[in-house]
Amino acid sequence: MARRYDSRTTIFSPEGRLYQVEYAMEAISHAGTALGILATDGIVLAAEKKVTSKLLEQIVSSEKLYVISDHIAVAVAGLTADANSLINHVRQQAQRYLITYKEEIPVEQLVQGLCDMKQGYTQYGESRFIGLRPFGVSFLYAGHDEHYGFQLYQSDPSGNYSGWKATCIGANSSNAQSILKQEYKEEGIDLESAKRMALRVLSKTMDATTLGSDKMEFATLSKNVKGKVVFKVFKPEEIEVLLEGENLLQAKEEEK
Amino acid sequence: MQVLIGIAGKDFVLTAADTTTARSIVVMKHGEDKSRLLNKHNLLLYTGEPGDTVQFAEYIQCNIKLYEIRNGLELGTSACASFVRKQMAESLRSRGPYNVNYLIAGASKKGEPELYWGDYLAASQKMPFAAQGYAAYFVMSTMDRYWRPDLSLEEARVLLQKCLDELKTRFIGNLPEFLIKVVDKDGVRIIA
Repeated sequence: MARRYDSRTTIFSPEGRLYQVEYAMEAISHAGTALGILATDGIVLAAEKKVTSKLLEQIVSSEKLYVISDHIAVAVAGLTADANSLINHVRQQAQRYLITYKEEIPVEQLVQGLCDMKQGYTQYGESRFIGLRPFGVSFLYAGHDEHYGFQLYQSDPSGNYSGWKATCIGANSSNAQSILKQEYKEEGIDLESAKRMALRVLSKTMDATTLGSDKMEFATLSKNVKGKVVFKVFKPEEIEVLLEGENLLQAKEEEK
Repeated sequence: MQVLIGIAGKDFVLTAADTTTARSIVVMKHGEDKSRLLNKHNLLLYTGEPGDTVQFAEYIQCNIKLYEIRNGLELGTSACASFVRKQMAESLRSRGPYNVNYLIAGASKKGEPELYWGDYLAASQKMPFAAQGYAAYFVMSTMDRYWRPDLSLEEARVLLQKCLDELKTRFIGNLPEFLIKVVDKDGVRIIA
C-alpha cells in the first residue's frame, strides 16, 4: 500500500506520513554515531567514523566534523555528500549575515535557516521539480553567541530542530541517548567532565572491538584565555591521551 | 535646508532635527518628526529627497521589527547601522537609488551610546558627534571645539544649544523649531 506513495517526496501517505522523510531518517540510523554534550564552558562533539584507515589524511579531510563559521561547528550523521551540500549552503548563510550586520549570526538563526531549506525539500524542492528527495543528513550544531552563550542543537531531514543539553544521532543513538540521560547532571557539567562523558558513551556504543583514535573524530568548542571562541579538532595523538585517561584503551584490550 | 545633529554623551545620545517641511520658497509644515524608532534603543533620523526619506526609513523600520519578531532579539546599534548601510549600498546601484542621508542614534549595549552617520552613497561612520545637511558646515567646528567624552546630559544640551545658536546667527535658512530627543538605556524620549 505504501509503495504507491513512495516515489513522490512532496505528498502525504493515506495515513498522513511522509515516507521519504522517514526513509531518510532510516538511512541516518545506519550512519556513524555522533554525539554532542553541552557544558557550562563549552561543547563537546564526538563521532564514530565509518571510513577508517591510518592512510586517511585527517587534517585535510573530515568525515563527521565541519566548521561553519568562527563560532559554529557541526557534526554530521548520514550521507556525506548531502551533508557537504548543506554545509556549503549554511556557510554562505553565515557569511551573508556577517556582511549585512557585521556581527556573527546567532546560532539558532543559522539552525533555522538550514532547517527551512531542509523543510523546503519535503514540500517543494529547490527548483520546483518533482521527484527531489530530502537530504539524508542529521546535524548536531555546536555554537556560541552573545545572546545565549554556548548552545547545542539537533536537526533532522524533516527540518525539525531542537536545543539539547546532550544528544546523539546516527547508529545506536537511542542507546547512547539513554546513557547520556542517566549520566548527565541537571545542574550542568564542565568541559573536562563532558569530554570524559563523551568518550565513555561513545565507547559503549561503538561497534569496533578496539576503541582507537583512528575510528573517531573528537572536538570541542570553547573560549580561549582571551575570550575568543575556538573550535579544536583533536589530533589522533590527543585522542589517545584522552582515551588513556579514561582507561578506555586498556579496558578494550582486556576484553580481547 | 534640513538639519540633523547628533551628540554622543556619557551614556546617551542627544539628537536634534529641524521640524520644517519646505518646498522651494514655501514652508509647508512645522512640527515634522524626521525620525523613526527602529526598536527600543535605536533611532533613525533622516534627511534628503522627500518621499525617498520616509519610504526608506519605514522600510528599515519594518525590516528591523520583522527581525525582532522572527528572532526574539533586539538588533544592536552597530548591527542596525550595518544593515542600513548595506541597504543603501544595494540601492545605490539599482534603477532608483534612495537619495537619503541619515543618522542612527542608539544605546543598545547596556546604555553605551553609539552614533552613526550615513549618506546616500552608502558611506557609514561611527562618530562621537555628527551632523547632516547644511548645518554640518557650521556646527561641526563648534562641536570640535567643545565636545568631550563623557558629557552629561546637561552639558550635551548646552553644547547642542551652542550649535543651534550658531545656525541662528550664521545660517541663512530660518529654522525656528527643533525636535530634540535622547536615546539611552531606557529608550527614546523627547526633551525640551
